Amino acid sequence: METLFLSMKNITKVYAGVRALDNVDFSIRRGEVHCLAGTNGSGKSTLVKIISGVIKPESGAEIIINGSKLEQSSSLESIRQGVEVIYQDLSLFPNLSVAENIAVNENIASGRRFINWKKCREIATRAMNRINVSIPLDVRVEELSMADQQLVAICRALTGDVKLLIMDEPTTALTKKEIDALLKVVIDLKEKGIASLFISHKLNEVMEISERVTVLRDGKLIGCYNCSELNDKKLEYLMTGENSVYEPYHFIPDRESLPILRTKKLSKSRNFRDIDLEVYSGEIVGITGLLGSGRTELALSLFGLNPADSGVIEIQGKQVFINSVEKAKKCRIAYVPEDRLHCGLVMDQPVGKNLVSTVIDRLLGKGRLIDFERMNSEIKKWIHALNIKIPSVDSPVKNLSGGNQQRIVIGKWIATDPQLFILDNPTVGIDVSAKSSIHNVIKKLAEKGMGIIIISDEITEVLYNCSRILVMHKGRIIREFDSSATTENEIQVFIESPENDRIL
Amino acid sequence: MKRFLKTHEFCVFIVIIILSAAITLINPNFFTLENGLDLFKSYSFMGVLAIGILFVLISGGIDISFAATATIAEYVMAVVCLRFGGNIISALLIASGIGIALGAFNGLLISKFRIPPIIATIATMNLYYGLLIVVTGGKWIYALPDWFRYFADIRIFTLVSKTNTPYGLSVVTLFWIVITAAAYFILRFTMLGREIYALGGDINSAERVGFPVKRLQVFVYSFMGFIAGIAGVIQALLVQTVAPNSIVGKELDVIAAVVLGGASLSGGIGTVGGTILGVVLIAIVKNGMTLVKISAVWSDVVIGVVILISVGFSSWQQKKEQSKSNIDIDGIEVES
Repeated sequence: METLFLSMKNITKVYAGVRALDNVDFSIRRGEVHCLAGTNGSGKSTLVKIISGVIKPESGAEIIINGSKLEQSSSLESIRQGVEVIYQDLSLFPNLSVAENIAVNENIASGRRFINWKKCREIATRAMNRINVSIPLDVRVEELSMADQQLVAICRALTGDVKLLIMDEPTTALTKKEIDALLKVVIDLKEKGIASLFISHKLNEVMEISERVTVLRDGKLIGCYNCSELNDKKLEYLMTGENSVYEPYHFIPDRESLPILRTKKLSKSRNFRDIDLEVYSGEIVGITGLLGSGRTELALSLFGLNPADSGVIEIQGKQVFINSVEKAKKCRIAYVPEDRLHCGLVMDQPVGKNLVSTVIDRLLGKGRLIDFERMNSEIKKWIHALNIKIPSVDSPVKNLSGGNQQRIVIGKWIATDPQLFILDNPTVGIDVSAKSSIHNVIKKLAEKGMGIIIISDEITEVLYNCSRILVMHKGRIIREFDSSATTENEIQVFIESPENDRIL
Repeated sequence: MKRFLKTHEFCVFIVIIILSAAITLINPNFFTLENGLDLFKSYSFMGVLAIGILFVLISGGIDISFAATATIAEYVMAVVCLRFGGNIISALLIASGIGIALGAFNGLLISKFRIPPIIATIATMNLYYGLLIVVTGGKWIYALPDWFRYFADIRIFTLVSKTNTPYGLSVVTLFWIVITAAAYFILRFTMLGREIYALGGDINSAERVGFPVKRLQVFVYSFMGFIAGIAGVIQALLVQTVAPNSIVGKELDVIAAVVLGGASLSGGIGTVGGTILGVVLIAIVKNGMTLVKISAVWSDVVIGVVILISVGFSSWQQKKEQSKSNIDIDGIEVES
């Protein structure tokens, strides 16, 4: 039997004169776990769209699936050959039940006019049994966690005769535990002879179970490597073409001076408890911990979106009550949420308007009308200062890459001239090269005297950027690390230690 | 069962029970079979339209033009019947045919030219209604054919009240029942119905899994037009006169009833059962006010309040569910 399931040669795709893919060769073996890596704009998604038949390559390309040459690519043809893609948005129907979501492909394929609910449930149960998961069949998908939704999408893909499962960034929205469960499923599929292709711009867990990695950069094939011969550093170099240097941020605050923020016994029932926190001018404090440890809830309470029940917040030594974003802004606190798509930006609005949305009240001229001249000069100033690459200030934010979007979110809050800046997972879903540039922006702000709190799942992110790292667990701060006197491993082991429940 | 108790439909049901009990206490005439059957007759117009707009809302769209469509269908049907004769079947065919044509035009504007449904149907509402006025000069039609009048009085079964007046299940109500049953069947058991739900749930996903999104949209608006045509005939049967301006303005009442019944304006959610309850609630409020002798001028105010309370209550509960944080720090509190 042929060992290659998919073999592609001389794949080129030109969009409006730009070579999104330039003469790329690519192959996947039967039952292989393969990873496709590259930064934003490297051509990963273009390649996937060609595999799944959504777009056609330029002539001269040769695609062989399952031993037979693909004459004309169409998504139907790809599905017939056993290629299934799970997009990052999962393409599920939030309002329909789990069973119906899983059975939808088969229902369409059957061509029947009536729906057989019993059959739907059977199809769904069978798919779930294949990967040993069980999710209640009658629950609406929107009520499930992200991880379960992902599993539903995988189950749906498995209802057909799938030979290659392509997953676009499947782990970004999952917790560590959920990722492990997902990887187990992938290994399971492998044993059944189903190949998986992960698309990623992050060096992560999927790498551990992948056999080979194909790296793309600027539409060109850099190479295909065995995972065993790569490490994070090397892969990062292959993806970006440069070695990024992490310079840990060391800072010793002047403990005599007044801290920008001090909380005393800040508590909120079912959220967090007895939080004593100090942030000094020029300091970057990291907060990490498992998902659901109360990190985000604490940040939201400092920003007035989730006011605390009891305890004291002091800003520059003065006690304040923050129960609305307006008050938080008055205290010169800024907050960048984790979910920038839904909470941080107005995606359909242009870059410029997003940038000044936080300070629009300061740009009023005569008669409290917007002073457009001042607004435009303000916009230009920030685009320049943050090195945002955009075709025009009038293009909608949704057309930008993740890194540029995040710069805009950060930019619009810097524009408010905050003294305390809270960032919740500031680089989630952003590729390696854009990531370090955002870290540099944050460090520069601290050097200018801002107090900064970074909340992050990634231990390396807090380790390399913060001088102090606080670990939260079940709503409490249970330990403080000095970043110059600890290692990634030490923190990781501590966070996951089951002993933590006893420390409380 | 527990899930059922939490549904919006159940909330509406409870409100209906409470209201009915309150009205009956004041005026026992409310809770009689005669009044009930009468309500089911006079609200069959609204009930039928509600089924049409339910489909549109589930698909993620909206239609403002259906009252205008119903008026045109009603008017043309009446003119044809007067001039060329016919029977109830031909009347229904003409009206529903016109409805489908006008609805399909809406669907085409929305699916092919990607005009937002609210804009497209506001435009066609004005267009359809305006054309009708231009062509007819706003003239009323009073004398409908005899067979038309006789048909309206047909009862499926007849009972006699204490005051010796006959009453029963009107044939008009039967229209409502048949359409409701058909709608339930389509939405629940056909691929077509499930595709409409899927479309309203996530249009991009629907496209990706291979549902014929554009065809579905055209179908949904055509179906709305078909229903509007039938509703036009029902209106003529009930009132026995045809006025170009008698229905226009009802569209928001109907949409409100469907939303009261739990349908979501953002698509994907809504049931036939809820829609019936929504219409019944509105019917009870209006009828109950008459029976407890509250002046009719208050009726709009009360309807507004009922909508605010019931829809507001649901969204408030949803908000409460969402903001519930689920961090387990309770274990800590025991120890500390």
